[in-house]
Amino acid sequence: MGEHHHGPAKGLTRWLYTTNHKDIGTLYLWFSFAMFILGGSFAMIIRAELFQPGLQLVHPEFFNQMTTMHGLVMVFGAIMPAFVGLANWMIPMMIGAPDMALPRMNNLSFWILPFAFAMLASTLFMQGGAPNFGWTFYAPLSTTYAPPSVTFFIFAIHIMGASSIMGSINIIATVVNLRAPGMTYMKMPLFVWTWFITAFLLVAVMPVLAGAVTMMLMDIHFGTSFFSAAGGGDPVLFQHVFWFFGHPEVYILILPGFGVVSQIIPTFARKPLFGYASMVYATASIAFLSFIVWAHHMYTVGLPVAGELFFMYATLLIAVPTGVKVFNWITTMFKGSMTFETPMLFSIAFVFLFTVGGLSGVMLAMAPVDFQYQDTYFVVAHFHYTMVAGAIFSLTAATYYWLPKWTGRMYSETMGKTHFWLSFFAFNLTFFPQHFVGLAGMPRRIPDYALQFADFNMVSSIGAFFYGSSQILFLFNVIRTIRSGRPITDPKVWEGAQGLEWTVATPAPYHTFTTPPEVK
Amino acid sequence: MAGQSTSGHEHYYVPEQSKLAIFAAFGLFLSVYGAARVINHAHYHADEPSSAGFLLLAGLAVFIGTLFAWFRTTINENRAGMNSAQLKHSYVLGMQWFIFSEVMFFLAFFGALFYVRVLAGPWLASMGDKSMNHLIWEGFKFQWPLMQTPQQAVGLAKQYMANNGTFSGPHENLSFPGFSKMFHWLPLWNTIILLSSSFTVHLAHSGIKANNRGQLKFWLGVTVALGLSFVFLQYREYHEAFTELGLTLHSGIYGSTFFMLTGFHGFHVIMGATILLVQFLRATVAGHFSDADQFGFEAASWYWHFVDVVWVGLFLFVYIL
Repeated sequence: MGEHHHGPAKGLTRWLYTTNHKDIGTLYLWFSFAMFILGGSFAMIIRAELFQPGLQLVHPEFFNQMTTMHGLVMVFGAIMPAFVGLANWMIPMMIGAPDMALPRMNNLSFWILPFAFAMLASTLFMQGGAPNFGWTFYAPLSTTYAPPSVTFFIFAIHIMGASSIMGSINIIATVVNLRAPGMTYMKMPLFVWTWFITAFLLVAVMPVLAGAVTMMLMDIHFGTSFFSAAGGGDPVLFQHVFWFFGHPEVYILILPGFGVVSQIIPTFARKPLFGYASMVYATASIAFLSFIVWAHHMYTVGLPVAGELFFMYATLLIAVPTGVKVFNWITTMFKGSMTFETPMLFSIAFVFLFTVGGLSGVMLAMAPVDFQYQDTYFVVAHFHYTMVAGAIFSLTAATYYWLPKWTGRMYSETMGKTHFWLSFFAFNLTFFPQHFVGLAGMPRRIPDYALQFADFNMVSSIGAFFYGSSQILFLFNVIRTIRSGRPITDPKVWEGAQGLEWTVATPAPYHTFTTPPEVK
Repeated sequence: MAGQSTSGHEHYYVPEQSKLAIFAAFGLFLSVYGAARVINHAHYHADEPSSAGFLLLAGLAVFIGTLFAWFRTTINENRAGMNSAQLKHSYVLGMQWFIFSEVMFFLAFFGALFYVRVLAGPWLASMGDKSMNHLIWEGFKFQWPLMQTPQQAVGLAKQYMANNGTFSGPHENLSFPGFSKMFHWLPLWNTIILLSSSFTVHLAHSGIKANNRGQLKFWLGVTVALGLSFVFLQYREYHEAFTELGLTLHSGIYGSTFFMLTGFHGFHVIMGATILLVQFLRATVAGHFSDADQFGFEAASWYWHFVDVVWVGLFLFVYIL
């Protein structure tokens, strides 16, 4: 075992037994891409069914399983692990650490996930079908009326949560303890800062999710009545517990993306990030506010007016730090020497489209008008602008940006740009019309709809097929880069890149910073 | 590789490879998969034979066995001097944030308790803002502890809502019985036991800090004994609740919150007592710990104090108020 001090072990056991942050990062990234394809294929089934009004392809029961599994797989299987993969690869290299602080636990965090998702996916083949109650699994749909597979879903959530908690404890320990001498907190790259804050959110709310699914398990199988009014409980209690987890969760999905674009935009604008300190404070403010806004998902459930008002004003406050961020990204580009390589294109699209999603979020935050928007396709459009054009675009940007550093090979810029324009065009084709059908009253999570929504739904489905198939180009480009991309050796890769990760050799050696660098 | 690098920094030990994680992940998976199979089998096919119990036990065996090997490895590494001060600090941070995550887990259940007692319960009885519920739960009066469920108030036959179980309140509850009877009230004794065990574990800590191994061993042993007595009394209380008070998991929201909060706490006491017992065996049989290095014991004692603090919350909000 001790013989391999400077290179990776050979064969499959390299990946099973590894403690190396780069190996584990790679595992996370490939796993999340596989889940992205899986969750994406569920989305394709949804859009194929919605191509026309009426029921044509799948049974309504199966449609419900698809909306549920699409959400669960994308949130917990694709976006979260992909950002953890980036954190594994980049945080040690960005702060000058030899590895993650707790390398063996790091491997455990990863290897729980394939088991958890195999168990979750296996519910599709169980009697009664997969979970069919939506990714938010509201009681009593997920308790009294749930299929038997809900038990497997509950335990899959439990061990995913354990994985996330261990992963974020590792990130906290790494950032607090393993920064190189001179790397003070306010010198840390923004990607490290946003992940550091995200890790605190995760440690705080994943246990609450565990509590929520535990109460479900007890209600279903052991006779308790947390979510049953007949026993003195309350189905709305489920929504409170879930969204106390769920709202911080949606920021968990986007904050590391903020970090990614805050790395990329300065590189290709060839200017330092505008307002570094305000970016840090804005991220921390958003994280804090995320704990006191959860009931804005529940305006129509019958909250007291005082509650509606409190959660409305608290939610609207979030627009302030978010606005600071958007302002800073734009100001960083202002009068910069800009070039438009693929990562930059995805990052600019991120700023533009995430702002669209943020503004529809402001609309949804207003309790009186949310009575109209609740549970319509407007909500679907809103969160896909933040999750796809936000989280997924930033992940794609990050992949193109750091892939040359990881592999020592350059991706095809032509293919990358083609991927970008296809994604950008197809994304808007898919989700922009959903604003309109939503405002006109089309409910979400149904396999059939009224005739007046037909045209926009067909447009939306065509866009979705385009978006889905253009991701194959992305996969092809990445594989081609790894196998036969143009070799590069310049440590900096990008002319305007700043930071410790660009001081090590390209491709990044298996071990970096075994001796910490001195940061001035 | 040298422990000191040229720039004067201690080497941070990163194990090259380890089989521990993959075995732990597999054991964890097998445990929860087996548990789900056991639970579903009991619910849907209770009359058929099943091998699910074997999966659960095999999973637990793999998981617990791997954890044992894992802790042994880290302890041996530390005793072999492979852990720099920086690495030791990583373990400190890991334990601290693990305990924080446990606090948040309990917060979910305390939050449920507060929500029901302060908001949902009165609303269900049409008090305050929600004045329509008497149409569904006619005659339901809210009080805490909840002795009569809404279902009982309207009668099972007249329940309009979907019937998802039978919930009947207890004959008696476990709240504070008044000063005259309080010495026959188990929660008071449990509070005394657990609070004094926090004190005794502190005495054990002072012992090892002063390099007085006798003091460490004695007070650590006393702490473990107190922890086990707590578990025993808790068992007695549950037995009484089930057999005499009619207080079970089916007793409506009072029983639900009572058993989930005290049950998870009791589980954590068993965990904490087991961890302390391991530290006791390390101190007595293996001769581990010194005045300069006793983190395994310290982490166990932090966990114990955390369990104690949770109990204070339980004592106040579940039993007294």
